[in-house]
Amino acid sequence: MTKHTARLRVRRGTADEPQPRYEEFALPFEPGTTVLDALIAIRRQQDPSLAIRYSCINANVCKECLIAIDGVIDYACTTRLRDDKVMTLEPLPGKPLLRDLVTEIRPPRERLK
Amino acid sequence: MTDLATDVLIVGAGGAGMYAAIAAARAGAGHVLLADKSLVGRGGATIMAQMTVAAALGEECPDDWQAHLDDTLAAGRGLCDENLAALLCRDAPARIREMAEWRVGWARRENGRIAQVTAPGHSRPRCCYVDFLNTGPAVAATLRRQISQIGVINRVSNLAVTDLLVHDGEVAGAVALDIAEGEPVRIAAKAVIIASGGLTRIYQRNSASANMGGDGYALALAAGAALVDMEFVQFFPIGHLAPRVVGMDPIMWDPFRYKLGGRLLNRDGREFLADYGSDESAGYTTPRDIATYAIQKEVAAGRGSPHGGVYLSFTHVPRHSLEAAFGPVIGRLAKNGIDLARAPVEVAPIAHYHMGGIAVDPDMASSVPRLFAAGEAAGGANGANRLSGNAIPEALVFGEVAGRSAALLAAKRPMSALPSGAGADIVEQIRSLADGRKGDIAACELLDELREIMWRDVGPFRSAKVLSRAIVRTEEMRAALPKLSLPPGRRFNPALAEWFELRGSLIAASAVAHAAAARIESRGAHQREDYPDSDPAWARSQRITMTAEGGITLGPPQ
Repeated sequence: MTKHTARLRVRRGTADEPQPRYEEFALPFEPGTTVLDALIAIRRQQDPSLAIRYSCINANVCKECLIAIDGVIDYACTTRLRDDKVMTLEPLPGKPLLRDLVTEIRPPRERLK
Repeated sequence: MTDLATDVLIVGAGGAGMYAAIAAARAGAGHVLLADKSLVGRGGATIMAQMTVAAALGEECPDDWQAHLDDTLAAGRGLCDENLAALLCRDAPARIREMAEWRVGWARRENGRIAQVTAPGHSRPRCCYVDFLNTGPAVAATLRRQISQIGVINRVSNLAVTDLLVHDGEVAGAVALDIAEGEPVRIAAKAVIIASGGLTRIYQRNSASANMGGDGYALALAAGAALVDMEFVQFFPIGHLAPRVVGMDPIMWDPFRYKLGGRLLNRDGREFLADYGSDESAGYTTPRDIATYAIQKEVAAGRGSPHGGVYLSFTHVPRHSLEAAFGPVIGRLAKNGIDLARAPVEVAPIAHYHMGGIAVDPDMASSVPRLFAAGEAAGGANGANRLSGNAIPEALVFGEVAGRSAALLAAKRPMSALPSGAGADIVEQIRSLADGRKGDIAACELLDELREIMWRDVGPFRSAKVLSRAIVRTEEMRAALPKLSLPPGRRFNPALAEWFELRGSLIAASAVAHAAAARIESRGAHQREDYPDSDPAWARSQRITMTAEGGITLGPPQ
């Protein structure tokens, strides 16, 4: 199968950092691969510190992997990679940032304290 | 550090954990702590369920729970714990009707009765469902709604229990990692229920959520509890293989087979199940263990599909029938480039469910005082092969019993604070790991290797040679845990939770491999290439325990 290369520009860091910081990752993929697949592969092959929320992996039932993809709110598990341009991945806007692509989406009653 | 105290600590908030919380509250618990590594009611296996929920409701034809029990015992290939299986079948109808009262939305016939279909292994139509492919999400949402209305249930998401605390031979609480802040949390508890699901995530091909790495089994073993039937991992025969589909569960084809039949074909376009003793002329009837065996054998004989599975075809089903049965799903398939009226899809076995688990009595009490288990985490009810549709009733029924038993036990005890130094070493370990470590390899890399090993050597086909290889390698990986690299950081550092996940998964994997190596016969989901036949002398369960040094050991038979 033809190999394609995705370039992902990912917002990194915690809310403690004064300036937003972006890091670009490149990885080969086969057609059909999703953004979540790519993030899992980046964690394994390039940077295990990259934080992303997900639970059901591919079924789109847990609804945890919602992020901003090129400014549009969407699920990482159902968005396919493309190789014609850099894709920018950012945490959900309007939610407190925990780390990288992870925001505080727990209902207040499901948090400690 | 945060110190918490509760009557009943529940580890895992899928169907079993959420129901256990409801039952504990009903039985008078003044404080229930429902903790989940992921988000409460969104992780685990419950939410992944596609369709069938077995209960002898008798809506389609006369039925009774003892007939359901007969089918459950037959599917279990002689190994079910009959008391647990009877409890599951007897209480399932009450739980399923209660879910209807809570407006889960079971599919209904035009006459208003709950629709029930015949699933493989059942003697009559007994399996209800929520359309379309929505059973699990609907059950989870219904339970989430219920627990949110009960004041004594304290829900905490992103709290991963890493160790149980044992004091004077009894479970006294736990230490957990607050994933959001990367800080240790100490929890005093009068009773603990493990409801953290199974271990299918330790297999390369699986239908699991991210948080089903077997950590509940590791927690129980380390606390001194026994596990039972650990060699029996259910491989779901027709997991989706190709073409790539997104936004759908890989076990999605099961409902299609219930409603429309479908044909399993090899590379030559020939139906092959009859070659393995299963005649499907009357519809979808082949049990999961036999279908998995047949598919693997066809692939091994070079008669598989291009991606290493077989074909599942609905091309003989008229398009209007497809649309009548699965309206909105047909559109989702089209977006993935699949047109069932035109071409078959490729399917192959996939790790789906764990029959084994924590050994419990009919009160769901483990062999360690004050420790209970519920749902897939508990072992024994399903023997060597689980009957289709028994997982959701098991979660609800066992959750109910465990929650009630734990609350009644807790009511008899005063709340005692943990001894002052309890768990200090674990608290220190969490803090030390969060400071980061230099090493050659990260936990997520070893997790990937473990999944490959389990699929290749401890999967649908096993032999002494490959099982011993897997045992050796998992022990090497356990020994490497202190030397793994770990990026520093506390707040939502995924590598920190992953280090503990790997530790638990290695223990669970080792338990499966040891039990599988010892069982020198083939039975149900456990198929040995070097011992292809069932041996009546092996119609008994094996127990696994942990030695003081942390080794996995086979206990005496029951």
